[in-house]
Amino acid sequence: MKRVFIPNRGEIALRIVRACRELDLESVVGCSDIDRDGLAARSADDVVTIGPGPASQSYLRDDVIVHAAQAKKCDAIHPGYGFLSESSRLASRARDSGLTWVGPPPEVMKLAGDKVRAREEAAKAGVPVLPGHEIDSADGAGDIGYPVLVKAAGGGGGRGIKLARDPTELEAQLGVARGEAGAAFGDERIYVERFIAAARHVEVQIAADDKGHVVHLGERDCSVQRRYQKVIEEAPAPALPDPTRQALRDAAVAFASAISYRNLGTVEFVVDAETGDFYFLEINCRIQVEHPVTEEVTGRDLVAMQLQIARGKALPFTQDEVELEGHAIECRLNAEDVSHGFRPSPGTLVLFSVPDLEHLRVDTHCYPGAAVPPYYDSLLAKLIAHCHDREQAIEVLLEALEDLDVEGVETNRALLVSVLGHPDFKAGAVTTDWLERVMA
Amino acid sequence: MPLTDDDVREILRIIDETPLNELRVETDGFELHVVKGGGGDSADGVLTIEAPMLGTFYRAESPGAKPFVEVGSRVEPDTIVCIIEVMKMMNSVPAGVSGEIVEICPQNAELVEFGAPLFRVQP
Repeated sequence: MKRVFIPNRGEIALRIVRACRELDLESVVGCSDIDRDGLAARSADDVVTIGPGPASQSYLRDDVIVHAAQAKKCDAIHPGYGFLSESSRLASRARDSGLTWVGPPPEVMKLAGDKVRAREEAAKAGVPVLPGHEIDSADGAGDIGYPVLVKAAGGGGGRGIKLARDPTELEAQLGVARGEAGAAFGDERIYVERFIAAARHVEVQIAADDKGHVVHLGERDCSVQRRYQKVIEEAPAPALPDPTRQALRDAAVAFASAISYRNLGTVEFVVDAETGDFYFLEINCRIQVEHPVTEEVTGRDLVAMQLQIARGKALPFTQDEVELEGHAIECRLNAEDVSHGFRPSPGTLVLFSVPDLEHLRVDTHCYPGAAVPPYYDSLLAKLIAHCHDREQAIEVLLEALEDLDVEGVETNRALLVSVLGHPDFKAGAVTTDWLERVMA
Repeated sequence: MPLTDDDVREILRIIDETPLNELRVETDGFELHVVKGGGGDSADGVLTIEAPMLGTFYRAESPGAKPFVEVGSRVEPDTIVCIIEVMKMMNSVPAGVSGEIVEICPQNAELVEFGAPLFRVQP
């Protein structure tokens, strides 16, 4: 591997460019025309415009991406997160064209992308899964017990999940869910899972090399969510009994081993806050937005690790050598108008300045004068505090948010401040319904 | 003053209804430059046909075949001027404008990016 194609944008494209530089690899960013002036495009060794602003004509075109990677003499593709990062089709196309895919093999991605099959494989590997199954009609869910969550087999990442409290609600939602799933994921299959009222979202970072070594790098708690989208993430998960923590980590490694997983991945679980029981949700085949909290507590560069595994290197450490130090919290600063239903707030950043604080890391592609285009997700920056303990990390983030200067777009800063300063959050673990409850 | 999507749409609608060809709005920290008619109009009136997609630029249907156009060729909006190949898929590119080809910008079989100039056309 010498030259890596990055068909992505924003902070993650910049993050990958930097990891390439660390490893003496050349980087080529493939971006849309409106991202051509972006920091990622300007930081890379080379750049190519793969299409216009709308992602469907640029970042979501697997044919154009592979063509561009080859024409630009790249020998690998790092997809980042979002867009086609979990497309087994792009991964196959890359492999068939002689390009190294920085991620799991397409077959594993296909399995992971089919949430129903992934559940079955998890159960086979002895990992607990929630009662649930694929359904054709509303009377098929009676055996699970209401309420149930209605999910798309081709979905994942929290997209398109609906709650049904009884058969009537399920009946009403099934048709809509099917239509949405067909349109969004090209797969109309729907499955239902028992709903856990007091749920925590805990996910385990795993790494697997070609030699068959599978390790975990601890877990992250991402329970502060709005509409199944993460707002704040931390590592390690607070207030989790040690036996549960260990069992979660072991389950993630067992599942990854069972499906011959390769490269970095995240096994997501729901933890019942009342009973302490946990259940497999899904496995994500990409680098996660929230990977920095794991990097901070482990002291390891996960993006570089992805590249090294993809080029065939063995993991340079064993499970026993993975040590977690301190506590890290990340909050996502988004360009969105919280008072108007969190609608995206595109525009031009007249002012953008983040404070330089001890224990604070900021991953961002933003700068004064940068455009925040309307076509993509609204992430402006990830603020990550790594301290000796959780309380200190909260304090650092609060100080950083207070000293932040952003003008030109609306942001969720005030919301982040109120979450981090809230007694419930300070006290430890919250559940996934907490944020929407306290905001109401 | 940040502009919303709706504001920009409104501005475009207004420009569409006027005989103006070009508009430049500058306020503090904000600049909007709108050119009517697909862009590429240069001061001397020469038009540019831009690549509608990234791919490999081919001047002819197949190797050895006669190029679609040469410098001096007369084109109409639906005249095919080149092929852009993306992963073995051949995409015919129409001129989109009328006039005479005065320059062919890329070399044959070269990678062109989205938006790259392909031909200059004298209307």
